[in-house]
Amino acid sequence: MTEPLLKVRGLKIGATAYPPGEKPVAIKIVHGVDFDLEAGKVLGLIGESGAGKSTIGLAAMAYGRGGVEITGGEVWVNGRDILKENLRNLRRLRGAEVTYVSQSAAASFNPAKKIMEQVTEAAIFQNKFSKSEAEARAVDLFRRLGLPEPETIGNRYPHQVSGGQLQRCMTALALCPEPDLVVFDEPTTALDVTTQIDVLAAIKEAIAATGVAALYITHDLAVVAQVSDHIMVLQQGDMVEYGTVDQIINNPQEEYTQALVSVRSIRHEEKTPTDHPVLRVENVTARYKGTNFDVLKNINVEIHPGQTLAVVGESGSGKSTLARVITGLLPPSEGTITFDGRVLNPALATRPIEDLREMQMIYQMADTAMNPRQTVGTIIGRPLEFYFGLKGKAKQKRIQELLDEIELGDGFQDRYPAELSGGQKQRVCIARALAAKPKLIICDEVTSALDPLVADGILKLLLNLQKIEDVAYLFITHDLATVRAIADSIAVMYQGEVVRYGPKSQVLSPPFDAYTDLLLSSVPEMKIGWLEENIEHRRMESAGN
Amino acid sequence: MHPILKLIAQRLALGLLLLFAASILIFVGTSILPGDVAQSILGQSATPEALANLRRELGLNDPAVTRYFMWLGGVLQGDLGTALTNGRDIAESLGGRLKNTLFLAFWAAAISVPLAIFLGLLAVRYKDRIPDKLISAITLTTISIPEFMIGYILIYWVAIKWRLFPSVAIINDSMSLGEKLNAIAIPVMVLTLVVLAHMMRMTRAAILNVMQSAYIETAELKGLGMLKIIRKHAFPNAVAPIVNVVMLNLAYLVVGVVVVEVVFAYPGMGQYLVDHVSKRDVPVVQACGLIFAAVYIGLNLVADIVSILANPRLRHPK
Amino acid sequence: MKNIPISAMIGLFFTGLYFLIAIFAPLLAPYGMAEIVGDVWEPSSSEFLLGTDSIGRDLLSRMIYGGRTTIFIATAATILSFTLGSVMGFFAAVSGGWVDQTLSRFVDLIMSIPSLIFALVVLSVMPTTVPILIILMGLLDSTRVYRLARAVAVDITVMDYVEAARLRGEKIGWIIFRETLPNALSPLVAEMGLRFIFAVLFVSTLSFLGLGVQPPQADWGGIVKENKEGINYGIQAALYPAYAIATLCISINLVADWILTRTTSLKGGRG
Repeated sequence: MTEPLLKVRGLKIGATAYPPGEKPVAIKIVHGVDFDLEAGKVLGLIGESGAGKSTIGLAAMAYGRGGVEITGGEVWVNGRDILKENLRNLRRLRGAEVTYVSQSAAASFNPAKKIMEQVTEAAIFQNKFSKSEAEARAVDLFRRLGLPEPETIGNRYPHQVSGGQLQRCMTALALCPEPDLVVFDEPTTALDVTTQIDVLAAIKEAIAATGVAALYITHDLAVVAQVSDHIMVLQQGDMVEYGTVDQIINNPQEEYTQALVSVRSIRHEEKTPTDHPVLRVENVTARYKGTNFDVLKNINVEIHPGQTLAVVGESGSGKSTLARVITGLLPPSEGTITFDGRVLNPALATRPIEDLREMQMIYQMADTAMNPRQTVGTIIGRPLEFYFGLKGKAKQKRIQELLDEIELGDGFQDRYPAELSGGQKQRVCIARALAAKPKLIICDEVTSALDPLVADGILKLLLNLQKIEDVAYLFITHDLATVRAIADSIAVMYQGEVVRYGPKSQVLSPPFDAYTDLLLSSVPEMKIGWLEENIEHRRMESAGN
Repeated sequence: MHPILKLIAQRLALGLLLLFAASILIFVGTSILPGDVAQSILGQSATPEALANLRRELGLNDPAVTRYFMWLGGVLQGDLGTALTNGRDIAESLGGRLKNTLFLAFWAAAISVPLAIFLGLLAVRYKDRIPDKLISAITLTTISIPEFMIGYILIYWVAIKWRLFPSVAIINDSMSLGEKLNAIAIPVMVLTLVVLAHMMRMTRAAILNVMQSAYIETAELKGLGMLKIIRKHAFPNAVAPIVNVVMLNLAYLVVGVVVVEVVFAYPGMGQYLVDHVSKRDVPVVQACGLIFAAVYIGLNLVADIVSILANPRLRHPK
Repeated sequence: MKNIPISAMIGLFFTGLYFLIAIFAPLLAPYGMAEIVGDVWEPSSSEFLLGTDSIGRDLLSRMIYGGRTTIFIATAATILSFTLGSVMGFFAAVSGGWVDQTLSRFVDLIMSIPSLIFALVVLSVMPTTVPILIILMGLLDSTRVYRLARAVAVDITVMDYVEAARLRGEKIGWIIFRETLPNALSPLVAEMGLRFIFAVLFVSTLSFLGLGVQPPQADWGGIVKENKEGINYGIQAALYPAYAIATLCISINLVADWILTRTTSLKGGRG
């Protein structure tokens, strides 16, 4: 048997944490991981945040980011243990044999230098190619990665191209020196869904064409299933399961892997609309002060009691602005908002307290939605005190009831937000909204910042609470999988307009308008070969036009 | 027009506006406050007639707005008025002194700027190790002592105990450059110490900020050596913040000069200003105040413009 | 209290010591403030621990009384600048719009002239009394506090939890005192230390230039001015205030550093 390109044995990685005001403590990030990667193959590393996947990826270059240190084990690349090499030899490895694509190309490109110079730098510096060869190679890669104007795009500065294009440039940067191995660290996570799929396809094609091996790191199993040969599932620095893509997706052995595979498979029966919507948005047009274009154009939607309207769109579609208009933070320039049968005052300051109470909001970042200097008890207790005048025992009792409802239980009242996990924080925010006994809760991307399993838990909780409290949700998201899971009706937004609106079953069945089709076809499915089918589907669509 | 030119033109206009507003502020500060210039010149025992005469002579009976525009009109033509105390033309007395002050400030800057940048780099190179800690300890000490006290400490040791340089910095036109430099050695040291601390701290922060960027990591992962990374990737991005630091500290230096000149009896603008503040010679104070403000605003303006020029997003718009 | 680092401990000790000396100056000083008790520039002896000054007053007593004056003026000016600057800064941040614009542009204007030059201009027509010095320094320095307070408050008011409070219908009082202030406190308290140091340096400089505290009242800057001629004869009298100011300022710096790191590490700190 031939020696694999990358062989990792008993890899242990640690870091020193500096809790302010206390002594530094050593923490362990990875506790002994083994795997092999054959030349020309792609291994997907998957796990939630804190699983140690990026750290392992960088270990393939013997690099520790920040205070991270490789504390034990062996990393063999091309037949030598690179952890035993000195810095000089490591510098010959990095950028030549092993290269790296980061999550944020925007930050990883030097803003003061032209793209071409940065893409070819390693290839020239490492004496792999002459300047003209490297540049020809870069142009070739630009073309293969589907960048516009491949001949001249290299003369631009990083800020002069879009985020998706820059991510492709980063891939070109990594492939230019003709490495044996590329580490892709969440290369599509920061992109919009419709962009993500194109970049993903471009990366896959480039990998296939150059025959390079890759470590593909992501938190999204559906994405990694499209590009990898093998998958390694990680959880908190330990390997949970390793296998071929087919085995992991279709026949996962471990409970944790099974949970990851079945994520986003919540079943939700669509409810029928009633005669009296709790919220009716009519002909709403809005613009921000000091700008000269409408961010919302003639919006008409309804939400029915105890049901969920999902508003879907990419960044810049105006979906969050719609929330600001409904809450009164941004009074509309035209149109009316009717809530529970009464027309709402446009501006927040002029609305009666009762209107405010019945409409609550939950935010994307639970971190910034809670005052870091208030305890959970204070955070949940304030609306009880403010709207219902509850005090003392009665207030405590109600807080505990709410904590039970969000499945947090005892002992959380006196904790501060910083002591909670991401999912727990979002639960507390839900409890704060519920405390007001609202008729409508606006949920602004409430699961986008969370790991898939945690997000699933939150969605299930929200659905459950809807049944108990009979509260309606306005659910803003960019993620169609989430929409499928919880919506009763859907509004698809694009550039400030609602392009498709109706009950879920209707919105999600053909015939589609072009944008909804694009959006729907961009959500990666937990299915091998989905990417190819999809690209093929798109080609036919554009040929048909 | 290239957007960057527009931006710079805007900054320049803003600077002029600020200077104009500052001149109003200086004028208002000396005119409308309760002190009566005539009274302060002639003293409490002055007769009412003498006071009235002087007021008429100084134009104090005109409304403040008229006086302001007459003053400003004069300033714009290079006429700073005459000193109340000795009746001499202010512009004439200021000329030589301004030159001396700039001479002193120039040498202080020529020494402190490269030194500060070097020490800043050193502190970054040995971050959290002994050289870094030593540098920040010295920094902390020098910013905790007023300029004039640093001056006397240096006089005590360097001039009196060790007799290396003179304790009084008197220069005149007949001296050679070497003699002049010898004379201003201690004041230059004081000013250097005063601005060095700030400049070095800020340089250190600016470089650290750049070195922690993701594109530095990218360069490291390309296998580039430290020196090459600093030269090719860190430096082009660190120039703007460092120039900014330098300009802000030169502005600070201009103020430090005032006190240091008094300590060393140096014939510059600072000493001239302080002298005439105690004599309540308002026209001189106004003129000096305006010049100091102009230099200060000008240096800040340069810092602004450099950051605009160095920003690739502005230089190469989409 | 057990987690105080050694540097902060030293800082606290000296800061406390200086303030105690300032408060109890009349009890501690061996001689009167303006009392001539010996010859000119007598060397230190058991009678005069630090020697005597340029006209034969006990230098230790002058230093103690001088510290009292300097610290008093600096404290008063800091309180003024701090109250004014932070109230206006918060007010500007929470109000926004033209109020914020007007206040901020005015502060920009004041700050376009160096503080010392501005003070000199004003002192050329104003009598140099202690209240005027305090008001002048307090007003000039409040511009810096204003900028910091405004910046910190602007950072906080865009936080979702402040928006959540507004959506709940909370009054401005709750938003400022319960949502904003607790999170703004640590940078502001640390800034207070730096403002105090600045005030000490500033009043000493003015006194040294003869435009601050007037004799026979003692203050640290004035002591340098009175004894500066002695330097030429190798007499250290003028240097004592430098040592005193340096220890006080360094101590406060150490405390301020500690407060900044300590409060950000509090449970729920944003660090």
